[in-house]
Amino acid sequence: MSTIVCPECEAQIELATGTEVGEILVCSDCGVDLEVTGIEPAAVQLAPMEQEDWGE
Amino acid sequence: MTSVSIIGGSGYGGGELLRLLLSHPNVEIKQVTSRSRMGEYVYQTHPNLRKRTQLKFSDSSQLEPVDILFLAQPHGQAQHNIESYAKLATKIIDLAADFRLRDANFYEHWYEEKHAAPEWLNKFVYGLPELHRAEIAKTNYVSGVGCNATASNLALLPLIKADLIDLESSIIIELKVGSSEGGAEGNSASHHPERASVIRTFSSFGHRHTAEVIQEMGVKKVSLTMTAVDLVRGVLATAHAKVKAGVATKDLWKAYRTVANENPFIRIVKEQRGIYRVPEPKILAGSNYADLGFELDESNGHIVAMCAIDNLMKGASGSAVQCMNLMMGWDETLGLEFTGLHPI
Repeated sequence: MSTIVCPECEAQIELATGTEVGEILVCSDCGVDLEVTGIEPAAVQLAPMEQEDWGE
Repeated sequence: MTSVSIIGGSGYGGGELLRLLLSHPNVEIKQVTSRSRMGEYVYQTHPNLRKRTQLKFSDSSQLEPVDILFLAQPHGQAQHNIESYAKLATKIIDLAADFRLRDANFYEHWYEEKHAAPEWLNKFVYGLPELHRAEIAKTNYVSGVGCNATASNLALLPLIKADLIDLESSIIIELKVGSSEGGAEGNSASHHPERASVIRTFSSFGHRHTAEVIQEMGVKKVSLTMTAVDLVRGVLATAHAKVKAGVATKDLWKAYRTVANENPFIRIVKEQRGIYRVPEPKILAGSNYADLGFELDESNGHIVAMCAIDNLMKGASGSAVQCMNLMMGWDETLGLEFTGLHPI
């Protein structure tokens, strides 16, 4: 199991066994979408997030 | 079982305390006093406690010794009777403002009266575990916390603790508050036709709870503005400040994560999706959580720091029970596990 650091909030996130390149993860702390760009070594980058209608 | 009694149990703070203590696994409530409701069943005043207790309100002159005495009277009464209360219990937890401030002159400045028992001020520890956990665990006397002060102090805590704020710049805290802050005694402003649907700024600056923010956060340039909104329970503090040069969002995450990891009732709410992206008091009703959030404008260093709480819980009785747990060496979350309701 590898650990990556969220590029948004620097939370430590463990990649589950079997994670594949291209998979989208959600940071458990700040909630951003992260695209897995590498396995060995593990790497992620911010994935584009669709803007939702929120607020008033 | 540890025996506890409550002096002044007919108000909202006292009622919340009763609700929590009746479900607490380690305590037994011996007596609850109320001069105005003496002889009446507790559930006649606090209807949510029907079928949970047959306790009746008694007179404070009939109080018997207990392990812990909770004081839930209106402000200004405990300081006149503290010597006699101390003979009834070795541990005292006061919910009012009588023993929150450490300095008698500071008290006189903010409360515009001399303190009746200044020699007792330094015997009390300010009752917010997130600020004084180790001291509370060692003391016999814990003060209450102001609900608005608590929301303000917790909004600022990660920033002050990590030294991220420019203290030369003013800190402005806007508080939106529910009607239960006004207590169980009504007045013309709380009359339903006048209070319902309001967004009423009732204190632009100079509110007494400001003193607790100055004392506990060590800040001088701070101002609190109170606005009554159409809620029964809840406070939302929105603090505006300036971060020090070079502070980035990642530094803030680190500071907030540290505080959340150290404190079981602190949660970070800063979501990218869904409806609840920032702290909101609505979903905290009845819970002891304090939800913190922040947004930083990195172009100019302006930070907006938010804290939502239930004023009767984290802002009063919940923190008091958390303090009791610490004073007794129990798990500090004991009896405080309720998560709140959704939807509500």
